[in-house]
Amino acid sequence: MIAVIDYGMGNLRSVEKAFQFLGFDAVITDRPEQAEGATHLVLPGDAAFGDAMRNLVDRGWDDLILKGVEQGKPFLGICMGLQLMFDESEEGGKHRGLGMLPGRIVKFPATERVPQIGWNQIAIERSVEILDGVPEGSYFYFVHSYYVDAADADRVATTEYGQEYTSIAARDNALGVQFHPEKSQQIGLRLLRNFARLS
Amino acid sequence: MLAKRIIPCLDVKEGRNVRGVRFSADKDAGDPVELATRYDREGADELVFYDITASSDGRAIVMDLVREVSEKVFIPLTVGGGIRTYDDMREILKGGADKVSINSAAVTDPDIIRQGAESFGSQCIVAAIDALRRPVGNGEDPAWEIYVNGGRKATGLDAVDWVQELVDRGAGELVLNSIDADGTKDGYDLALNHTVAAVVDVPIVASGGCGSAEDIYQVLTEGRASAALAASIFHFEEYSIPQVKRYLKDRGVPVREYEHDGGEGDR
Repeated sequence: MIAVIDYGMGNLRSVEKAFQFLGFDAVITDRPEQAEGATHLVLPGDAAFGDAMRNLVDRGWDDLILKGVEQGKPFLGICMGLQLMFDESEEGGKHRGLGMLPGRIVKFPATERVPQIGWNQIAIERSVEILDGVPEGSYFYFVHSYYVDAADADRVATTEYGQEYTSIAARDNALGVQFHPEKSQQIGLRLLRNFARLS
Repeated sequence: MLAKRIIPCLDVKEGRNVRGVRFSADKDAGDPVELATRYDREGADELVFYDITASSDGRAIVMDLVREVSEKVFIPLTVGGGIRTYDDMREILKGGADKVSINSAAVTDPDIIRQGAESFGSQCIVAAIDALRRPVGNGEDPAWEIYVNGGRKATGLDAVDWVQELVDRGAGELVLNSIDADGTKDGYDLALNHTVAAVVDVPIVASGGCGSAEDIYQVLTEGRASAALAASIFHFEEYSIPQVKRYLKDRGVPVREYEHDGGEGDR
């Protein structure tokens, strides 16, 4: 079972629907106990970093996520979910993240329209299984005002908006994408299917 | 590179898609679910559903549509038309829409934008305006007044001031609909778009007046819009989406060209 983590933030239905459309058993779980038996963990989210992190901790999700990742469960952070994987964010003050990966979330420079909304391309730096069948330069749908520049070892793909930033990060079974695969048509569904097939 | 977006807009009345001509929708343009599916396969970058009845019955119809479309179309979906309250927004977002488009309600109660942005994130709060040109003297800069209730009621608000307030309150994106251009197919109001683009940082979506691929090219370049909304040129198959994107690409505008590889999605 793929647990889509509901911590009171964002549109989770579309993530659930995308997995179900692909024929996988995905369930929106609003309490950590419901997700304990899950094989895969998905952390979506659209809201502000501070609120998102507070809600995760208040509901006890941080422990479940960190434990699951340590046990080797495939984990996918989407959009804010990717940002929460890192050490800290400067969105609305300074906030600590889950600390799975080193790095700091910062705002796009004022030279660009913010938020970035729309389809942008990825440049792949190293191949990982979730990118099977995803060509170099593929377009994905992005919506965000903040970004991260991940450490070399954790960076899988980058995207250009004002400057280069990390659009896919991964360390072992912990994966994060800054874009919305569930809103990125066929190519996004392919990435989700690859993720669901990880074991 | 971030691509410019092409967004078909489906005006929905009693479950059918209709075309708008200067805010009096009249002509039947077909079944919205069928159209939405076609646009998805053609590579539309997003879809907008607009409840032109702005009534509770109309809302229920649009929500059924969005629910059905969101089961099989995996691109961003926006719903607009008659959204008045926080509960309206929540209902629409829970029902499968990714963004809500707020228009008249923001004039009546500007705080609705802040409430929406704080609860759901700015990225799903689209502020739409209906703007009509004010008469100005020779050599003066153009100016626009904000209208509400489907373009019927003047508010006295100046468009340039109003868009800044909408963004300050948390709108993540602006849809600029020109009442002068709407339904004419003579092209978007370019000055409206580049004037607003110069005073706000959020992406601008141009709306009203599209009659050709050239019009879209103009508003995405000279008009400085990030996206173009169009209705009848697509509904009546005067242009296909790939045709428009090819036209733009040939002229150096970054677009996402998309080829659906057939079959049911990507199972």
